[in-house]
Amino acid sequence: MKIAVFVKQVPDSAAKITVENGVVNWGDAPLVINPWDEYAVEAALLLAEKHGGEVTAYSLGDESAKEALKHALAMGCAGAVLLSDPALAAADTAAVARVLAAAAQKGSAELAVFGRQAIDWDSGVTPSMAARVLGWPALSLVAAVEALDPGAKTIKVARAIEEGRQVVEGKLPAVLSIVKDFAEPRYPSFMGIRKASQAEIPTWTLADLGIPAPASAVETLELSAPLAREVSNEIITGDSPADVAAKLVDKIIGEGVL
Amino acid sequence: MSKLFVVVDQFKGSALPASWEAVSAARALADQAGWSVSAVVIGPEAEALGNTAIHYGADEALAASDASLADYRPEAYVALLTQLAKEHSPQAVLFPTTSRGRELAAMLAIDLESGVLPDVTEISLQDGKLVATRPIYAGKLLAKVICNAAPQLLTLRARAFGKPVADTGRSGAVTAVAPALAEADIPTKVVDYAAGEGRVSLGDAGVIVSGGRGVSNNPNLTPPAEITDAKEKEIWLAHQGFALLGELAEVLGAAVGASRAAVDAGYVPYAHQVGQTGKVVSPDLYIAAGISGAIQHLAGMRTSKVIVAINKDADAPIFKVARFGIVGDLYELLPALTQAFKERLSK
Repeated sequence: MKIAVFVKQVPDSAAKITVENGVVNWGDAPLVINPWDEYAVEAALLLAEKHGGEVTAYSLGDESAKEALKHALAMGCAGAVLLSDPALAAADTAAVARVLAAAAQKGSAELAVFGRQAIDWDSGVTPSMAARVLGWPALSLVAAVEALDPGAKTIKVARAIEEGRQVVEGKLPAVLSIVKDFAEPRYPSFMGIRKASQAEIPTWTLADLGIPAPASAVETLELSAPLAREVSNEIITGDSPADVAAKLVDKIIGEGVL
Repeated sequence: MSKLFVVVDQFKGSALPASWEAVSAARALADQAGWSVSAVVIGPEAEALGNTAIHYGADEALAASDASLADYRPEAYVALLTQLAKEHSPQAVLFPTTSRGRELAAMLAIDLESGVLPDVTEISLQDGKLVATRPIYAGKLLAKVICNAAPQLLTLRARAFGKPVADTGRSGAVTAVAPALAEADIPTKVVDYAAGEGRVSLGDAGVIVSGGRGVSNNPNLTPPAEITDAKEKEIWLAHQGFALLGELAEVLGAAVGASRAAVDAGYVPYAHQVGQTGKVVSPDLYIAAGISGAIQHLAGMRTSKVIVAINKDADAPIFKVARFGIVGDLYELLPALTQAFKERLSK
């Protein structure tokens, strides 16, 4: 069974993000694999180890996105492919999903595994979009795969939804998006890092994928920093915890938020 | 007349509160533009929920309650939405930002060759089109975005559009709609469901009480002798601290949150995590106990109206975003606060 896992490269979550000349700037913060995608890679590897199969990591981006792919390789993915084309510079989520779907198909994947969202644009829509493009069941927010039979092409997953845990049965091929409950991502091993540093990462362009440049309906008009909120800090002190608590409760009620 | 669609998200016949916020926001936009609002309700109790949507501002409701739609299955729901959108050609389709709302918007965008503006916090009208603002990088930046295809698809963040008010005097047509897919064509089956702990969900909560790594830091408490492992001792201590947070939450009708450090240390399940890789929240009152205030955590809660910080370390960064701060021991302060709120709120 071939498993495709999709990863994105993003500025580290500790980065201070600003806008400079209308463009996002993350200073000298490192670019890392999107933290949610590490869970997706872990899930893909666990599924391949348990049910047999081979995991290939894909990332859409420029040359720098190869670093995210190297992380996936170091964790244990068998191969990695960079999806890159100048025509994708302003691609919106739907356009990206169409490209990722084409890659899953070109790679003959039977499972396409995603993180739940990327921590840069926080959209959280790409996995379901890709499922729709492929016409595969969208099994989103998966916390566990309870059963998987590559022969019979059946899968049973537990989804973490707002209201609790829901168990869903579907057929392969399928798209999964993975949540944190699935399993803690493994650290890349020393051997893995060495292998990743030597790995050849091929680039697939739109021509390689055999699709035209997909249209993007969404346009970004402006980026800005949120208005700095003037918070007047007030430290509350008192003779005893009860005294401090009573003062604080008065203050909170005075703010009119209860 | 142009119209707006609003999709009501519901689970087992109960609408999520963000659904009514979306209906009410749609009403305000429609009034401004001279449009009408149609609520679309799919699933159990669709007709009754359709009526409620009219009370919150919809002009009419389209309700699909066929047995095949009893469980949310995205393929069946989106097939119906696509069909309705093609029949009615709405200007825009609004969803609440819930996991189902996001997913349906995503899939509808593919079917209709449009695009999604997810999790928006502000909408304005420009030349008959909706222009939206949405926080990105967990709120570190704002993006002003537009969807240039029709219909425009947007999901509206919970608690960003004001409190909806129901007017039971409003009336409108509720039209029953048949499903678009036959049961045999739906590729999945929901076979089991277990409810989560019956707490207020973080996204909808007006008040959140959160704990961090500091919650396990109580030198005056001794774990039972049978716990010998250092890590288990730490978790036992943390559970005592979170129990205090739980009591305060109970009195305030609040949800319990946690920092990533507390979740990673195994104190509470991931569902409670507030921050960049957890939930981004914006309650009226956010009480942070034993949370130092890492940038990822601050990103997830800094738009809360009033922030209260309780921490032993006077230099903790959380105090910089806090309206009120207490430097002290949360094990003493939390029970005192619970007691003080009990007394004040019962009056």
